[in-house]
Amino acid sequence: MRIRVDWRVSCRLVGTILKWLWVPLLFPLGIALYDGTALLPFVLPILGTVLLGFGLEQLTDERDLRAREAFLMVSLTWLSIALVGAVPFLLAGEGTLAEPVNALFESMSGITTTGATVIVNFDRHSRAILMWRAVLQWLGGLGILVLATAVLSQLSVGGAQLMETESQTQDVNKLTPKISETAALLWKLYIGLTGLQVAVLYGLHLVGYAPEMTLYDAIAHAFTTIATSGFSPRGDSIAAFSPAVQWVIIPFMAIGATSFVLLYFVFQGNFDRLRNSDEFRFYVAILGFFSLGVGGMLFANGGPYTSLEEIARHAIFQVVSIVTTTGYASTDFNLWSAGPKHLLFVCMFIGGMAGSTTCSIKTLRWLVVVKAFRRDLFTAASPSAIRPVRLSGSVIDEETIRDIYAYTLVSLVFFILATIFVVLDASRVQLTVSEFEAMSAAAATFFNIGPAFGIAGPLESYEPFPRSTKLVMTFLMWVGRIEIIPVLVLLTPSYWQS
Amino acid sequence: MRVIVVGAGEVGSNIAVSLAESHDVIVIDVDPEKVDELTYSNDILAIEGDGTSLETLENAGIAEADMLIASTDDDETNLVTCGTAKTVGGVFTIARTRNTNFFKTWTKSEDAFGVDFMVSTNLLTANDIVRVVGLPAAIDVDPFAGGLVQMAEFEVTAESEIAGQTVEEADKFEALTFAALVQDGDVVIARGQTRIEAGNRVIVIGSPESVQSFSRTVASPESSDEARNIVVVGGSDIGYHTAKLLEERGIEPRLIEQDADRGRELAEDLPGTIVLEHDATDTDFLVGEQIDRADAVIAATDSDEKNLLVSLLAQNIGVQRTVAVVEEGQYAGLFEAIGIDVAINPREATAEEIIRFTQKGQVENLSLIEDRQAEVLEIEVDEESVLTGRPIRECVTELPSDVVIGAVTRDQEFIVPRGETVIEPGDHVVLFVATDVLSPVMDLV
Repeated sequence: MRIRVDWRVSCRLVGTILKWLWVPLLFPLGIALYDGTALLPFVLPILGTVLLGFGLEQLTDERDLRAREAFLMVSLTWLSIALVGAVPFLLAGEGTLAEPVNALFESMSGITTTGATVIVNFDRHSRAILMWRAVLQWLGGLGILVLATAVLSQLSVGGAQLMETESQTQDVNKLTPKISETAALLWKLYIGLTGLQVAVLYGLHLVGYAPEMTLYDAIAHAFTTIATSGFSPRGDSIAAFSPAVQWVIIPFMAIGATSFVLLYFVFQGNFDRLRNSDEFRFYVAILGFFSLGVGGMLFANGGPYTSLEEIARHAIFQVVSIVTTTGYASTDFNLWSAGPKHLLFVCMFIGGMAGSTTCSIKTLRWLVVVKAFRRDLFTAASPSAIRPVRLSGSVIDEETIRDIYAYTLVSLVFFILATIFVVLDASRVQLTVSEFEAMSAAAATFFNIGPAFGIAGPLESYEPFPRSTKLVMTFLMWVGRIEIIPVLVLLTPSYWQS
Repeated sequence: MRVIVVGAGEVGSNIAVSLAESHDVIVIDVDPEKVDELTYSNDILAIEGDGTSLETLENAGIAEADMLIASTDDDETNLVTCGTAKTVGGVFTIARTRNTNFFKTWTKSEDAFGVDFMVSTNLLTANDIVRVVGLPAAIDVDPFAGGLVQMAEFEVTAESEIAGQTVEEADKFEALTFAALVQDGDVVIARGQTRIEAGNRVIVIGSPESVQSFSRTVASPESSDEARNIVVVGGSDIGYHTAKLLEERGIEPRLIEQDADRGRELAEDLPGTIVLEHDATDTDFLVGEQIDRADAVIAATDSDEKNLLVSLLAQNIGVQRTVAVVEEGQYAGLFEAIGIDVAINPREATAEEIIRFTQKGQVENLSLIEDRQAEVLEIEVDEESVLTGRPIRECVTELPSDVVIGAVTRDQEFIVPRGETVIEPGDHVVLFVATDVLSPVMDLV
């Protein structure tokens, strides 16, 4: 048996990325310096990651990335950043994060922009450590998009399907002739939007509409809103802040889940692309539909809310938060009645637009599934008819449709298997978890949403789950974020054999 | 005017013969037989040679020519001919092309290929088809005065309401003028007492609305008011453009194409069309897809024989109207004799369009009737015209009897021509004129 994959090339490129991880680590280091808390949790990883990066770069001089190496590289990048990211948590040794599996879980949840936490008591953690969680999420938010643009779009296989469908409808690759330029443009847009949100949130504080929103909070929340990731340095998540803050965060979450290519055109003053995008209309319609549904049910049930504004705010906030896979909570939706809770559960399977920072199955795939199904119904009645499936006017090729069907199906299979595991593993250690709680926890981790219902609810923690479950969930977050296929490809024996 | 026509095929000879009446025409063709034929049968100078060669063009006197019409069956030859002619001097070039990509390029940049005026055969044919399909029972429709006026020719069947009526009885429409009847191939000017018999064709001129309502009177009672259920057979370039034009009118046509790859291509390019991949000569399939309920079936495959077969099959299963594309000009009459409602010949349409264009200047627009027995033409009248400044009742006395004033438009508005209507300078008048009185009429108006 001869190994065909040149793993050294992949590791070398992962090394190049790790080498630069010291830059984001400076941010929490600065806060630790300012606060006078422990510096070691950040100094050591800074030295370590640079050394590790250089070390990996020595493996080979070859830099040419082929499909097989790309899959390995993408998978390893996320895994290795999660491992490095866990080191500050371990070294700080505060609260539940001192435990290795918990630290890895938290770090993976961060870099995959999931937002599921194992922290039980937020007061036990330093501001520097809480900021590190936010920084990890901010990196993970656009990181996947840039990696997908830079790496996957150059390859025409498997995992590149997402970019393929997008390049057909949105011309991702054609923003600029060079992919590195496109990546730079996306980062500028991302940084700009984050800066804008910091300014708005802190501005609200300065004019007195958000007494709780300190500059630290403004930065930490901006990092995790545009990234649609959902970590908050507050145990109460967004419920800790005023209604004004909650209203402001809604559009920013929605923007984070909007295709960055469309956003780019909007900032160029070209609104036609937005108007003509079938996917954008579908995405907005979904947000509207579920907000009305949840709001209507909350209104009908009476519930804990007194004013119409409150019902509207929480319904819209929660729907946008779950659909965009952000996972913030403006209220403890665990306490809602079954109806709105189940609607929110359905929202977990949707996701935002392709080409955004969001996760889950994504509206693009659902829209294609819906359109292809409608076409199949038509051709069932009229077998000779040739009906291409169109998105925003352009035709999607049949191979892409098959890929999308396959992806959607595989996602659902993963979700079912994960649910079964959670139920069995919990009963093994006599932890009481209802089926709905297990389903929601599996979906919340696999689709990178964060909070689930019940035991892992919005104001609760994943800490009570057994270690084995947390490890499996760590794996789920990893595969979910890099869209399954690269990892699945790695797991097939033929990938490694000639 | 000195006109050089390159290509003595159906289109070229048609144009040459038509222009020879009033211009000096030189024809160039590579086929010596065609050259001989033209030389002996017409007052035309015919030269044997390749139009793309500068030498041949110079022999034909390109330096003194006012106009060059490249009308061979080969697109590239036509374009190169025009390009070559342009290197010599200021001759006005006209090219006929089939490939619509050339036409698109040319419309975007009008100097392209050295062509001054381009006629896209397939697009033109598709336009003709769609116009005819838009009117129940029409065989021919042409727009005048920027679309304010329509000339239409209808076949009168035995079931038709106006069969057996006199023109006076049939004329119940405000903005419509009966111009002529075609009886056994002869054009007869319509008078009040002329009786319209089944099998006649009737030519009317009027506003599009009145022509539309008249078409319903002519059509047999069971035909639908508006043709919406339309089937195009054959994904040829003409079929494609027909479907596209129908889409633009808000109709969702069905297009049947046998070849899977071409079908897929068409389905991708035509979002508003239902493309069916099947053999259109399979009767079971046609009935299964309810093609028999179609208001019209347009046969536009690349083969005349297949178009005939498809049209006959469609009629056989009960389709209201059949329109067939006929590449071979001499078959067109035969198709209609067999019972195909409308046979459209792309070459004839092209020749007509080019002749129409060469006449510009003298007339705004024109349409040829029944092998040029008559013309419908649009003119802008000036002070000197015999029509100006007097009620129509008075000025018609000075015109030959084979002339009908069909419609008048003033400042983009339709005016019904009555005896007392006074035509003003600047008005556009649509006239029906028998060809034998054409020159005296043109002098008067």
